[in-house]
Amino acid sequence: MHKKMAFSFPDEVLEHVFSFIQSDKDRNAVSMVCKSWYEIERWCRRKVFVGNCYAVSPRMVIRRFPEFRSIELKGKPHFADFNLVPDGWGGYVFPWIAEMAGAYPWLEEIRLKRMVVTDESLELIAKSFKNFKVLVLSSCEGFSTDGLAAIAASCKNLKELDLRDCEVDDLSAHWLSHFPETYTSLVSLNISCLGSDEASFSALERLVRRCTNLKTLRLNRAVPLDKIANILRHAPQLVEFGTGTYTADVRPDVYSDLAGVLSSCKELKSLSGFWDVIPDYLPAIYPVCSKLTSLNLSYATIQSPDLIKLVSHCPNLQRLLVLDYIEDSGLEVLASSCKDLQELRVFPSDPFGAEPNVSLTEQGLVAVSLGCPKLQSVLYFCRRMSNEALVTIARSRPNFTRFRLCIIEPKTADYLTLEPLDVGFGAIVQYCKDLRRLSLSGLLTDRVFEYIGTYAKKLEMLSVAFAGDSDLGLHHVLSGCESLRKLEIRDCPFGDKALLANAAKLETMRSLWISSCAVSFAACKLLGQKMPRLNVEVIDERGPPDSRPENCPVDKLYIYRSIAGPRFDMPPFVWTMDEDSGLRLS
Amino acid sequence: MSEASSYLAETELELGLGLSIGGPTGKINKASGRILTAKDFPVPRRASMNGGTPPSVTVSGTKRAADQSVPHDGGSPTATSQVVGWPPIRSYRMNSLVNNNQAKAPRAEEEHKGINEEEEEEEEDKAIKDGSKQKKPNENLGHIGFIKVNMDGIRIGRKVDLNAHSSYHSLASALENMFLRSAGAEKQQLTMPSKLLDGSSEFVLTYEDKEGDWMLVGDVPWMMFLTSVRRLRIMKTSELRDSTKGTELKEVN
Repeated sequence: MHKKMAFSFPDEVLEHVFSFIQSDKDRNAVSMVCKSWYEIERWCRRKVFVGNCYAVSPRMVIRRFPEFRSIELKGKPHFADFNLVPDGWGGYVFPWIAEMAGAYPWLEEIRLKRMVVTDESLELIAKSFKNFKVLVLSSCEGFSTDGLAAIAASCKNLKELDLRDCEVDDLSAHWLSHFPETYTSLVSLNISCLGSDEASFSALERLVRRCTNLKTLRLNRAVPLDKIANILRHAPQLVEFGTGTYTADVRPDVYSDLAGVLSSCKELKSLSGFWDVIPDYLPAIYPVCSKLTSLNLSYATIQSPDLIKLVSHCPNLQRLLVLDYIEDSGLEVLASSCKDLQELRVFPSDPFGAEPNVSLTEQGLVAVSLGCPKLQSVLYFCRRMSNEALVTIARSRPNFTRFRLCIIEPKTADYLTLEPLDVGFGAIVQYCKDLRRLSLSGLLTDRVFEYIGTYAKKLEMLSVAFAGDSDLGLHHVLSGCESLRKLEIRDCPFGDKALLANAAKLETMRSLWISSCAVSFAACKLLGQKMPRLNVEVIDERGPPDSRPENCPVDKLYIYRSIAGPRFDMPPFVWTMDEDSGLRLS
Repeated sequence: MSEASSYLAETELELGLGLSIGGPTGKINKASGRILTAKDFPVPRRASMNGGTPPSVTVSGTKRAADQSVPHDGGSPTATSQVVGWPPIRSYRMNSLVNNNQAKAPRAEEEHKGINEEEEEEEEDKAIKDGSKQKKPNENLGHIGFIKVNMDGIRIGRKVDLNAHSSYHSLASALENMFLRSAGAEKQQLTMPSKLLDGSSEFVLTYEDKEGDWMLVGDVPWMMFLTSVRRLRIMKTSELRDSTKGTELKEVN
């Protein structure tokens, strides 16, 4: 029985309407309205986002979305950033490129995060996609400058090449010269992660000179300060600029060149780089400071007084990344000068030092929370915290969406009361109703998880380390956090009970990482057997988990939902628990 | 633990990877899979792959003697216990911190160095220039952790966590597992150590030290190795011998 809708639009009309819907979430919602909408939507989806490259196979994606132009893929779990995921775990992009090369000669954009990208993959991209425009590799590894040369040589329409925080085998700086002399379409180039070896300055200069649409240029450490003026002279239209090394013999001509050329960059809104800063050269950027909205000084080893001077010149700052050299005093100045601040990241300059080397405490964070009404995202490393400070922060800044606090020494208690920091973090989740991302640290009991389960209804990502007392903690989170998508846990006393009791929850999440906890091999097997739509991966470099008693805890466990089934590219230290795991491993 | 005795245990190893480069007399050590260690050579060998004349023996000797005087007390404790991946700082940022700390306070470290006077300045200059790991021998072990390992013939490099090992034995074992015992096919290679028909290992373990020179692994005390290693390379023995790039080793065969 098919009842035709009294009003049904022709497909083209619906397509046109859908074209205004860009967000992935909304597109997914649209596709679930009814069968015909699903069909129409899938034919006109142009951007595909795959949050976990193993959740679905390339073929499935291609089958469903026959005409996409842009794909974003994420590979390794987040904790890979901190070396918790052994090398060789996976996340290879090549199978995706290979499938797409055949199906989509018109693919334009590829964005990858935490994936293994080989030169072979890059060469295949260069060869297969004639209209290729955007390549963004974020925290990727496995390729060399040879692969980049292939991209440069073949992609005539390339607009964006962004290598953020990648590990690149720097074989030769001359890959840049592979951009043909006729190539002028570059809009964004980020090579800040490339090595410190000699760069090809003349090729870089020529490239910048002929690409008159260049808006973003982030150089690597190898580019010395005295070369920057020459490069910038040809690009006064830049909006985002990352310096190379910011050190040189202090010479008046270098300084005046730099100051002059920077002041002619009227569109500059974002600065980064600043390796090896010599404070004498800082005033050269003052002329552009008033327009700056984003400043990344997290590699600049300058002390508080210079930082304060700099920051007070930037009233329109929205985003600041800085080392803890800024100290509490600097953050107080920030709080009074930068009322538009939305995001702050403070990194430790000496994370392994026995004693604090700078005067940066919870007070700095309190000051900024009190003083900056638009602050919504924070990543803060410090050495002490109190419940009182956290409550103040929560009350004054309920608009936090991302709150990541790292108290450097694990299990550090409230320094005033010596109590756990449960109440403080509890206040954060209670007051910040739109909190989407939270990282915990310090001394924490099961109680904090009770607060989180009760209040953090919009929380999507939670990172936990050295916290909790028992399975109850994990249970609170899994049963209470309705919006939870990613959960990563390390070194907590969480075991089988909470995991098994909330097995169904895991299918509603993208992934769960648990390492150095108390989850037994038996529980992993059970989970694998009972939940066919989950990939339960045991990662253990000590050897096969069945060579130890079943009740032994596994080293690392990564669970993610997938419609592609278990993967086949696992290294010898990864085992997938599936329906036959009981049979196969015995 | 004296240098000699620390290697005794290691010489008993059966390993697919070997450091079996012949000694000064030109003989190739026939022991299968044995790590040849410094006691097989009167002076450290430099696998100088970067061209140029190899350093003179005296310099090496001085360096070695100097290195020996560095106290290796098994790791001076720092405030944070050296836990893997904590605090959660990404490795590129960590490397940048190391370079910064080094460039900032070379003078302050003088009393900790314990190496020859004449060496000091040379090493400082080099260190600042190439931004290598910090010179204090037992610090920063918390993040010296992962270094790159490449094996000839294998495209994708790997990373090994040096923190997880306390001896050459353990490291070599791990590398074997990583490279020679990959999924599926190579079950055969589990018995590789004893399968060395011609008596010499197919592969040699070398490392790049903080001065950019390639050295044989096993040359120096483990702790000293930890402070100077930048990355590892499992090199084909044949390539090492055939190298014409001015290495002393070429006359050894």
